[in-house]
Amino acid sequence: MIKLEKVMKVYPGSSLAAVNNVDLEVPEGEICVLIGSSGCGKTTLMRMINRLIPITSGFIYIGDQNVMDMDPIELRRTIGYAIQQIGLFPHMTVRDNIATVPKLLGWEKRRIDKRVDELLDLVQLEPAIFRDRYPRELSGGQAQRIGVARAMATDPPVMLMDEPFGAIDPINREVLQDEFLRIQSKIKKTIVFVTHDIHEAIKMGDKIALLDAGRLVQFDTPEKLLTAPKNQFVKDFVGADRALKRLDLLRVEDAMLANPVHCHTTDSALEVARRMQENGINYLLVCDSENRLEGYVAFRDIMDHEGQVGDRVKPMTLTVGLRQNLKDALSKMLTYDIGVVVAVDDDNRLKGVLNTMTFARVAGQTYDEQGGRWGKVTAGGRIL
Amino acid sequence: MKPTSKSGRAWTLVGLLFAFATGAWFESLGFFEFSKNNPEEIWILFLEHLQLVGISSAISISIGVPLGVLLTRGFMRRYREWSLNILGICQTVPSLAVIAIAMTYLGIGKKTAIFALVIYGLLPIIRNCVAGLSGVDPVILDAGRGMGMNPRQLLFKVELPNAMYIILAGIRTSTVINVGTAAMSFLVGGGGLGDLIFSGIAMVDAGYMLAGAVPTAVLAIFMNWLFGRIEKWTVSPGLVYAQTPVSAQ
Repeated sequence: MIKLEKVMKVYPGSSLAAVNNVDLEVPEGEICVLIGSSGCGKTTLMRMINRLIPITSGFIYIGDQNVMDMDPIELRRTIGYAIQQIGLFPHMTVRDNIATVPKLLGWEKRRIDKRVDELLDLVQLEPAIFRDRYPRELSGGQAQRIGVARAMATDPPVMLMDEPFGAIDPINREVLQDEFLRIQSKIKKTIVFVTHDIHEAIKMGDKIALLDAGRLVQFDTPEKLLTAPKNQFVKDFVGADRALKRLDLLRVEDAMLANPVHCHTTDSALEVARRMQENGINYLLVCDSENRLEGYVAFRDIMDHEGQVGDRVKPMTLTVGLRQNLKDALSKMLTYDIGVVVAVDDDNRLKGVLNTMTFARVAGQTYDEQGGRWGKVTAGGRIL
Repeated sequence: MKPTSKSGRAWTLVGLLFAFATGAWFESLGFFEFSKNNPEEIWILFLEHLQLVGISSAISISIGVPLGVLLTRGFMRRYREWSLNILGICQTVPSLAVIAIAMTYLGIGKKTAIFALVIYGLLPIIRNCVAGLSGVDPVILDAGRGMGMNPRQLLFKVELPNAMYIILAGIRTSTVINVGTAAMSFLVGGGGLGDLIFSGIAMVDAGYMLAGAVPTAVLAIFMNWLFGRIEKWTVSPGLVYAQTPVSAQ
């Protein structure tokens, strides 16, 4: 959808190329994150796509059209544009801000009003409350949402976003990122997204393009960038904790131990206790007949109980969803100081279990660079 | 509108008392006597004064604002400091001298007066226009450009509305000063309330002089008020220096 071929940018009076021979292809409906330290040319590259910065040499295509053949003003009206400092017009209301491009395109008033309300709903701001506010009456997060809404006003197939969540505190940034991903899963835009935050890149990107001094160093999926960094620069950039970052990418269902051992509420307590003793386990998960999670039982509670397991079941306060990422799950596990996290589906059906072992297995999977393994570490002093 | 505050009401009272005292003093100087006897002459001179101010300010604005805009466009930016300095030097020349210089070329009459007033009123307008436009946050210009505004749309929809407050402040200053300076046009035969002021001074007749000075002052205060109103109508309440509280809060 967006295709860059041997794109170069040399600023007048400079002997160094700000962007050097970059080839890039962003398929339709994907988010391509441009990342790198400041001055690496990522913003320059993005701004060449809508020709805010003239291209020195090379070709940029949107669809099958060369942007150089298009009128720059027309071109920019077909591309959504959101920037870090948001750049809402302070003298216009939220409505007029969002309506900027529709007005330039001469939409009629009724259509604009309808679209504005639609977009405010989409970014979860109550239209009746926010429509007539001025930017200075908005919080940073609200302004950022309006900025994104404005960029989407005419439903452009392509969007350029320059650190759109950069100026926001970390908590709200997470919220906005999640929201944006939710929106993106519906609208499927082709997006070029500039950031310097590797976490954001991993979270938002379908593909990540890492730039250094104007050159494209690696262009890969986040997974690949973390597990197979091309060279030392990439390794340094993604950070020594890249194994942990990978937890961001993986979902609970990818890592959990599926179909864990459990019993039903109606099972005989003594039977279950006997089985637990045989297997040397102290706690056991309990489900109802529909396999919905009821809680757990401790061995000492049922060892001399003449009845059903269900009488002694304790509720499970902490569960995770299948599609949550592993970082959240690990964080819950550490916060509540529990040995296992139980994964359930939307109907609370028992699906799997995560424990420290599963985390270690997943995080360590591709990271042991020498390819060796520790195996099970046991006590016992010298091996020989 | 904000409800009048207690201290505001107190000040209004002080002002009224002061005005009353001044009025009584003027009365004792024979000011009202002259005015009572010659209302028509004062009125004609007042209209003449208004005409001088109106015409010269209108010309100043219609030259100054476009020039200010021009000086902030890319291709003219390099002349900006240079032209502002020249204008600054012009402004340091006393208004009387400007009128005198204008007279040596244009002779005597209204035209000379208006020419001098235009020259003298230009600087605050141009300077504020340049300051206002170059003070517009570059981020919103980038946003506008990135969304596909052409230079004209950028100027009229983004730059001017955002610079409006400062541009208007320049026009306001220029016009209010103009009301005072216009009194000097009497010296080159331009007429106006300066007629009464200067004759009054020459004849050491305070009543005669005040009959010119008071309407001039009132006119200046009125102009100041008028531009305050215009500011309220034209400057968006979304801008932080606008005084109107926004209702939606």
